[in-house]
Parts: sequence; C-alpha cells; structure tokens
Amino acid sequence: MDTKYFADVAARVRIDVIKAIYHAGSGHPGGSLSAADIVTALYFKEMNIDPKNPDKPDRDKFILSKGHAGPVQYAALAERGYYPVEDMMSLRKLGSPFQGHPNMHKVPGIEMSTGSLGQGISVSVGMALANKIDGNPGRIYTLLGDGEIQEGLVWEAAMSAAHYKLDNLVAILDYNGLQIDGPNEKVMTVAPVDEKFRAFGWNVIVIDGHDFEEIFKAFDQARECKGKPTAIIAKTHKGKGVSFMEDEAGWHGKAPNEEQAKQAVEELGGEW
Amino acid sequence: MTDKIATRAAYGKTLVKLGETDKDLIVMDADLSKSTMTAEFAKAYPERFFNMGIAEQNLYGTAAGLALSGKTVCASTFAMFAAGRAFEIIRNSIGYTGANVKVCATHAGITVGEDGASHQTFEDIALMRTIPGMTVVNPCDAVSAEKLLEQVIGFKGPAYVRLGRAAVPVFYNEEDSVTIGKANVLREGRDVTVIATGIMVSEAMMAASQLAEEGIDVGVIDMHTIKPLDEEAVINAAKTTGKIVTAEEHSVIGGLGSAVAEVTSKHCPVRIEMVGQHDTYGESGKPEELKEKYGMTAADIVKAVREVY
Ligand SMILES: Cc1ncc(C[n+]2csc(CCOP(=O)(O)OP(=O)(O)O)c2C)c(N)n1
Ligand SMILES: [Mg+2]
Repeated sequence: MDTKYFADVAARVRIDVIKAIYHAGSGHPGGSLSAADIVTALYFKEMNIDPKNPDKPDRDKFILSKGHAGPVQYAALAERGYYPVEDMMSLRKLGSPFQGHPNMHKVPGIEMSTGSLGQGISVSVGMALANKIDGNPGRIYTLLGDGEIQEGLVWEAAMSAAHYKLDNLVAILDYNGLQIDGPNEKVMTVAPVDEKFRAFGWNVIVIDGHDFEEIFKAFDQARECKGKPTAIIAKTHKGKGVSFMEDEAGWHGKAPNEEQAKQAVEELGGEW
Repeated sequence: MTDKIATRAAYGKTLVKLGETDKDLIVMDADLSKSTMTAEFAKAYPERFFNMGIAEQNLYGTAAGLALSGKTVCASTFAMFAAGRAFEIIRNSIGYTGANVKVCATHAGITVGEDGASHQTFEDIALMRTIPGMTVVNPCDAVSAEKLLEQVIGFKGPAYVRLGRAAVPVFYNEEDSVTIGKANVLREGRDVTVIATGIMVSEAMMAASQLAEEGIDVGVIDMHTIKPLDEEAVINAAKTTGKIVTAEEHSVIGGLGSAVAEVTSKHCPVRIEMVGQHDTYGESGKPEELKEKYGMTAADIVKAVREVY
C-alpha cells in the first residue's frame, strides 16, 4: 500500500495542531501529536463519512474519549473538508466553536462532547448498542489515553461491550506511556493492557500506532472479528514528529512559544 | 492588596508546613499534582504522598480507608472531578462514615478559563453542602486560605475546600483572624450588604468603593465558610440593611445565594439578588473575559446592588 499520502496528511494535521495551540497560548500538543496518525487513518480511509453530509444516518462515528486531544480531531476534520483550516485557529478563544475540549453542538463532525476522561468509551458503548438495535451498519471508534484507562468507568464500559457482543465497536488505546505527572508506571501502572482487555472479553490487536500499514490492517481485522469488540493497542510516542516534544511529559499541556512553534512546523515540513 | 497569589499555591505551601510536624498527614492526588500543588508535599515527604492515577472515585475511596485507619488525609484533584465524579463516594464513604478526609479541590469555577465547560464546575458547593456533617470552605485569598486550611486539617472529620486556579489579590493581613464558621465583616454599610465568597470577595470590595462614590453605603461580608453557615451574620445583615446581594463563582442554584436565602426566609425575609452563574455552562476563554461574559465581576455586583437599593 502507498502510505505516503496518509503520512503527508498526518504531517499537515500535526502542523495545524501546532499552529492552533500556538495561537491559543494553551492546549495539549503531546497527546494530539501521538494520535495524529491514528486519527488521520480513521478520517481519511477507515470511516464511512461524508463531510458534505456530516449527519448521514449510516455513518461511522469517532468519539475522542481523551478529549484534551481536541486539536487533532479539529485538524483532521478540517483537512477532510468539514470546514477551512483557518477556522480552527480561533482555538480556545472566547466565542470560538473550537473549545478547549470538543463540543458536539459547535463543530460539525464532532459526535460527542468530551474532556472528562473515561466517559467517551462509555458513550461509545451506548452508540454501538443503538446501532445494533437499529440494524445500522455504522461502526463506532473511540480513542483512549493510557492514563485515561485508569478510570474505573473505562472497565465498566469494557465489560458491558463484551457482554453485549459489540463487534461494531473499536477502542484504540494511544499507548504513549505518559500522562501528566509522568510515565504510567510511575503514576499508576496500567500494564499489561493487552491481557486486561483480553480478560474483559475483547479481541486485542497490538500495533505500532505510527505505521499506517499496521493501523489499516488492524482496522480490517477488527471488521472481520464477529461477536466481540476490538481493542487496538497502538504503541505511540507522545509529541511524535516534533523532536523536542517527543516522549516528554512536560509537553502534555503546554503551548509552544513562537520560536518553538516555528521550529516544530519546519520539522514537520510546513511553512511558518 | 498588591500581590496576586492563587489559593492553590497557598494550599501547596500549607501542606509542606503542616507535614513537617504532623507525621500522620497523608496527601493524595489523581495525576494533577503539579496543578493542584500537592507536588510540593510529594517532593518534601515522598513516603507520605500517593498518586492514585486518573481514578477519582478510587482516590476518595482509598482516602476514606486511610482516614478510617487513623490518618489525616488531604486528597486533591480538580473540583469538577472531586465533587462531580466522586460525589457519591464522598457522600457515602467519607460523609456518612465521618472519615477524616479533606477534599481539597482546585480549579473551581469559571476562572479555569481556556479548558472550557467540561472543566468549569458551578455545582460543587451545592453538592458538597448537601452532605450532612461536611464542612465547606471557600477562601478568597492566599492568606485566608492558609489560615482556613490549617483549621480544616486540624479538626477531625470531613471537609471540602474550594481552591482556585487563577492568581487573586491578597486581601487579608497575617494578623487578621479568619475562623471556620465565622463570617468576616470586611466593610460596614447601612444600605445593602453584599455577602460574597471566594474570588467574588475582592470584586465585592471594588463594587462597594464604587457605590460609595454614588452615595450608596454597602457592607461586605466574606462568607468563607458556606457550611456551617454563620447564620447570625446573615440575620444581622438582613436586619440592618434589609437588602442583600450574594456573590459567588458558582451556580446561583444551590450555592451561597441559596444558603443565605434558606436562612433569611426563615428568620428575616428580605430581598436578595444573586450574582453568580445563571443556570448555564461555561466555555473557553480568558478568566477575566469569562467573568465578564457570565456576569461575575464588580460591575455585576454594582448592578445587583442598584437593583435592590
Ligand atoms: C476525569 C478526569 N480527570 C482528570 C482530568 C485531567 N487530565 C486531563 S489529560 C490528563 C492526563 C491524560 O493522560 P493520557 O490519558 O495518557 O493522555 P495522553 O498521554 O494521550 O495525552 C488528565 C489527568 C480529566 N480531563 N478528566
Ligand atoms: Mg498517555
């Protein structure tokens, strides 16, 4: 497969993220960049969606359970044609539709307002269940952080998804190893995550979350798996694509200054 | 009144100070220790600090277990996730049991700013004050925060302390007395009394000076303790000025305004205007812009005073 096209889109998405957070003066670059390839893969190939008709009933839905990564979702939707990229440069400013955490009533393509960790996957279970009840072919995708899965609610949701055999639900774990106070294993150990999801009755696939071939293959396997929800454990790097942000917990929730933003955009092959 | 310090900064400092002598003091957090400032205690006494990860329900459940085993526990996260996410655990495992847990919650209200509505709680005071036996404290500045926190941590039993993200003017002097359950009359006035809490206290003082120039004599009370409420101070205000304005960085449903009205309606019914969040969600923006948009500034207090005057 020619993955260059997707890599180029993901680079643009990353550039949009950096620029928007720079203009906002606050925000979460680390977890937006780690998820950029996964989110690009979803919006540009995997999901059945239509930017011209964002509410079409049989669409697939993406729920950003780790809502602080809103900028990556805003950027992917912009690049996919839901609205011009310039629009999202008002991120976090008073009156902007682009809230610090996504608001489903303000931006087309956002299916769920998130920001309080753990709730997105729970709501995703409900949406997947509704599609089963209605015979709707739409699939539900949700992205979780590895710190986020410390929430008990995540495992309550995981249990119910397996119980109701929601094979139309895919949870992707952005396994970047870091949360706010440091590495997961220092704050609260989450490993082994693959065994945890397997024990909860899920089909588990472990991949490199920055390798498009592996990402697409995992989505294919998820679609083929019947009777179980799928968890894709995507190993990623926080801050991926920007040398000084990579694997640095300090870039979880901090905006770059002008010099840093310029360097980041240039490293990503963009123009400042 | 020149310095500006966030009440959460006073919290971090107080924990380190008390931790030195109180060896039973345990501090806990849920992956926000740099923001809540418990990181300072963690640095000083790493063996008595426990990060529970992003798991607020377990944070408060575990805090209850430690407290019921003899420890004094301060457990922190953002107010939304403490009072909100963990409400029922706080109610049943901390309130109902009388556990010696201090729920010290930061980033309350609209001044959370850019993170937006999902992180701005206007419900926490209302939720916490409905729990029997829960002391609820909302300091207005760093000096009173320190004094109140020392008392809160000093008594045995559950308490909720509401702390802010933004730096706010320092108001009190070290010599001033600030006591749980006892309102501080900061300014006497004949015409209207403004009863304020938290960051709205300094706004109330500004409003009072401005109104004085118009010839309206406004009293200001710092109601730093919402529960137990200083009923005598409220009744006294109702009797002397006959009109009350309440001001809080919180919903007017269930917060300070409601608490004051519960007292006056029984003992001395008077007209009350409530300044606060009016049954709506917040949004992203700068704290000062949001205070203005959602009506929680000195100007809004001035307007409310004119309304009842
Ligand atoms: C319920 C809840 N508790 C706490 C927070 C504050 N918070 C925002 S992001 C974050 C860390 C998230 O870490 P992780 O899930 O690993 O995200 P990533 O590394 O992908 O950015 C925390 C604690 C929150 N948003 N919601
Ligand atoms: Mg992480």
